[in-house]
Amino acid sequence: MSDTENILVIDDEIQIRRLLKISLENSGYKIYEAENAKKGLQEIVNCRPSIILLDLGLPDEDGLILLKKIRDFSEIPIIILSVRNSEDDIITALDSGADDYITKPFNTGELLARIRTSLRHSKPEQKEPLFTNGNITVDFSTREVKKKGQIVKLTSTEFSLLALFVRNSGKVLTHNYFLKEIWGRPFSDETQYLRVYVAQIRKKLEDNPARPKMFITESGVGYRMIIID
Amino acid sequence: MEEKSRPNPDELLAKIKKDEQKGKKGKLKIYLGMCAGVGKTFAMLQDASKAKGRGSDVLIGYVETHGRAETEFLLFSLPQLPRRKIYYKGFELEEMDTDTILEKKPKLVVVDELAHTNAPGSRHNKRYLDVLELLDNGIDVYSAINVQHLESLADTVSQITGVIIKETVSDSILDTADEIELVDISPDELLQRLSDGRVYTADKTKDAVENFFRKGNLSALRELSLRLTADRVDKQVRDYMQENRIPGPWKSTQRILIGIGPNPNSADLVRWARRIAYTMEASWIAVNIETSQVLDEKQKRNLNKNLELAKELGAEIITTSDTDIVKGIIRVAKNQNATHIVIGKSQNKSFILKIFKKDIVDRIINESGKIDLYIVSGGDFDSENKKSLQIPKLQSGILKYLLSSLIVLIVAAICYPFSSLLGYQTVALILLFIVCLLPLIFGPGPVMVSAILSPVIWNYFFVPPKFTFMISRTEDILMFFMFLIIAFVTGVLTTKIRQREKAVIHREERAIALYNLAGDLSKAKNLEEVIKESVKNLKRVFNSEVTFLIFDNIKNKLSVSKNTELIHISEKELSVAQWVYTNKKRAGHYTDSLPFAEYIYYPLIGPRGIYGVVGLKLKDEVLFREKETLIDSFIKQTGASVEREMLNQTANKALLLEESEKLYKTLFDSISHELKTPIAAIMGASSYLLHTNTIENSETQNQLIEEINIATIRLNRLVENLLDMARLESGRLIPGFKTCDVNDLFNSILNNFEKESKTHDIHIDIQEDFPFINIDFVLMEQALKNILQNALIYTTLNSKIELQATYDEKYIVIIISDNGNGIPEQNLEHIFDKFYRIDNKISGGTGLGLSIAKGIVEVHKGTINAVNKKSGGLKFIIKIPRELKNN
Repeated sequence: MSDTENILVIDDEIQIRRLLKISLENSGYKIYEAENAKKGLQEIVNCRPSIILLDLGLPDEDGLILLKKIRDFSEIPIIILSVRNSEDDIITALDSGADDYITKPFNTGELLARIRTSLRHSKPEQKEPLFTNGNITVDFSTREVKKKGQIVKLTSTEFSLLALFVRNSGKVLTHNYFLKEIWGRPFSDETQYLRVYVAQIRKKLEDNPARPKMFITESGVGYRMIIID
Repeated sequence: MEEKSRPNPDELLAKIKKDEQKGKKGKLKIYLGMCAGVGKTFAMLQDASKAKGRGSDVLIGYVETHGRAETEFLLFSLPQLPRRKIYYKGFELEEMDTDTILEKKPKLVVVDELAHTNAPGSRHNKRYLDVLELLDNGIDVYSAINVQHLESLADTVSQITGVIIKETVSDSILDTADEIELVDISPDELLQRLSDGRVYTADKTKDAVENFFRKGNLSALRELSLRLTADRVDKQVRDYMQENRIPGPWKSTQRILIGIGPNPNSADLVRWARRIAYTMEASWIAVNIETSQVLDEKQKRNLNKNLELAKELGAEIITTSDTDIVKGIIRVAKNQNATHIVIGKSQNKSFILKIFKKDIVDRIINESGKIDLYIVSGGDFDSENKKSLQIPKLQSGILKYLLSSLIVLIVAAICYPFSSLLGYQTVALILLFIVCLLPLIFGPGPVMVSAILSPVIWNYFFVPPKFTFMISRTEDILMFFMFLIIAFVTGVLTTKIRQREKAVIHREERAIALYNLAGDLSKAKNLEEVIKESVKNLKRVFNSEVTFLIFDNIKNKLSVSKNTELIHISEKELSVAQWVYTNKKRAGHYTDSLPFAEYIYYPLIGPRGIYGVVGLKLKDEVLFREKETLIDSFIKQTGASVEREMLNQTANKALLLEESEKLYKTLFDSISHELKTPIAAIMGASSYLLHTNTIENSETQNQLIEEINIATIRLNRLVENLLDMARLESGRLIPGFKTCDVNDLFNSILNNFEKESKTHDIHIDIQEDFPFINIDFVLMEQALKNILQNALIYTTLNSKIELQATYDEKYIVIIISDNGNGIPEQNLEHIFDKFYRIDNKISGGTGLGLSIAKGIVEVHKGTINAVNKKSGGLKFIIKIPRELKNN
């Protein structure tokens, strides 16, 4: 693509910013930096980034508050940089409008993948009726799902679930999101329904349901559908 | 060269300690006068005014002007503290308000009439005790006293003036004083003042002149006071010489010993001994020898008073028992290395004993060996006692006399019909035998009476001519007298034996009481038990109520121990206990300090300090020295045990501290090693990559980068372990239980070990229809990751690792097993210990992983065990209850 995507990195650690600048620019992005929330907001106006990498532990303001502020006026994709064992914060961030997350220390390759995914989802894409991922194909016009060319029967709930995954392919989805979208019951503890249905989907669509490659669990946060190849 | 005499190091040390202490106490200046009216109060107030002029904070504690104008004039300029009013038997009395003075803490207080006795209800019985307390609290005091009020001079002054001195103060108060000023005036001048009306008001003056203020008296008193002051100055000079290490002729350590008994004359001896000891700079001991003789109430009180007096005057008190007074005194004298013995001339002038024994004084002269003797005549005070004999007091009632006589009569009556059969000589022996038996039942009096009665009866009824007091045959006369003597002597001896026996039993009881206490205390395992045992023994032996207060270092105050009965103590009693703790002296009932208390309080002191206060409520009216000494011993024993327990606690804490320090060190060493190794790898690889500009072999480059990556993963794992450990240890780990799928769990873990799953053969085996489990997903994931990590490190490549999950009604069971070498049996139970490493050579673990896993499993209220497989290899079994009691 001719126009390079702008990435705004809001993180108070200079080493992280440096590292990201080197690796992301090498991958073809233009990096802008901000070391605190105030500067971050300013830079959003200045450089109009395509995606924001936001650290939750900022010195002057809680990352979550900044996130909400940004979401007040923009739908720019935001990926949260967090530390381990703050699953609650991650879930809150995702439910408050963040698109994805990655924990430090992170695998740069994975970060790049998630950046790509988030960027993809941010562009208004034409709604393709046909979706393919690995061995499975989903036809939204006919509501037909095929695995290795064979038709697989899904209940309507299972299909809704699959549809959610497809619509957000590559992105992490919280339990809460599923509960809200499918059962209309956000913030409830009844995740067992969700688990049952995810297990069903895995059984029907994964090559080895015991070792799922497509519908994977994000520990403590939710689920993600991985794009294969 | 002259031989330089060196200062005695012990004395110097004592001096230094005294000075140290002086620094904290207030300074006492005593104005000494020969009698009333010399101008002590006036001089005192003058100096106080000067001090105030210099800026000191001066307060008048108590000053009596006796209506003298000049004195009253001085009072105006000085701030006076209102006196404390005490209501006693309908009278309103005024005393010094010590409490307020302690509160206000002025720099200097003026307290007149040091020898004054306080009204009942005051803090202390005597004013000088108040002054001592003020000094203890760092307040300086000016005080005044007449020479007649000094204990050691009281009797001399009485002799001179003919007036009996009632209020006295121990001479040691002069020792406490930092400065003594003699307010001296010639007798003529004093008499002039008297007639001028400047001493007493007109009506009193005439009486005063005629009685007390005779010129002869005044001259004698003046000489006394001058001599006293001179002695003090001499001592001060010697003290000064010692302080400044000026070598001088030091006397060898002298020790004076004086024997004390219930005789009131002993009091004079005590005072005399004290004066001598003071002059000779010798220490002195007062000894009480307890013999088989039992003392009556009055004698006991006198003995008590004498011992108290000696103690007050600074003697060391020793009480011991012996068969004989003289032997006892000599023994103690030799044991204590006494250089002099003081004995009174008029002591023990028993005419009965004179028959059987030599005079005590004579015996002591004979047996004292190298020890010098002072034989002093006592005063002639108590004429009543002078005449008392050593005959054991008559204690038995009339009934006993009649009874014992009756027995003799009965026996005689029984013998009478058989007199011709027995013969009258045999009857004599029978009656004698009865007299010998009588002391088993009766006291000395009845025995004596029977001893006299029986030969008389024998004479009258049995000896021919019968029914007369005449004796015809000469041998019978002899027999009669022998009978009399033998009866008498036997009676006396058996009585003595019985008394001695009683005394021994009594003493044995005391020894047993202490022995029992010591035994009980040594068995106590902690402070509570020590207190319980002590209370038990105190109650049993003294038949008293006991309260125990221990000083709580955390709350910084005295609090009543749970193990005493009296848990609730009144504010008043508590304040007395507090006083005892602060001043480290006993107080309360029976004492001179704070006598209004219900209990008597003793400081609980161990060899290294004070730990609390013990209070006793006794039923006695007067507390005798003997009982007091025993109580004292009890409290001392308890104090030592309490200290022992306190030290134990401290030692335990120190031990714990040591242990945790060791643990810290292990942690430190382990972590530092675990950190340094991957960091070294990263630094090594990255620095090389930087160093060489061209790396021809891109494979080398990749390998180096690979090393960096591996090292960072390892570092990350270590950091996670440490953080997990910290969270578990802090106790603030709140697990978030959610319904989870065990498949998810296993998968998630395996995703972390992507690389290793290629080098090892990892299998998953989950039972069919596995239910959802209620766990904290992230925590459990971490636990299983740690165990798997462990298995991977300690097994060889291509070994098989299995993850199994099964369930039953109650539990979920997760098994992670390998087919490696297993672990030696004795180590199996230790692998979950922190920092436990089987083989420290294999790096890659901190020794924390399994410990964390165990902690996490236990948070889930589950269990984890490691066993060796029969087929070889190690198996970890985790059992988690399916139903978790909520929260």
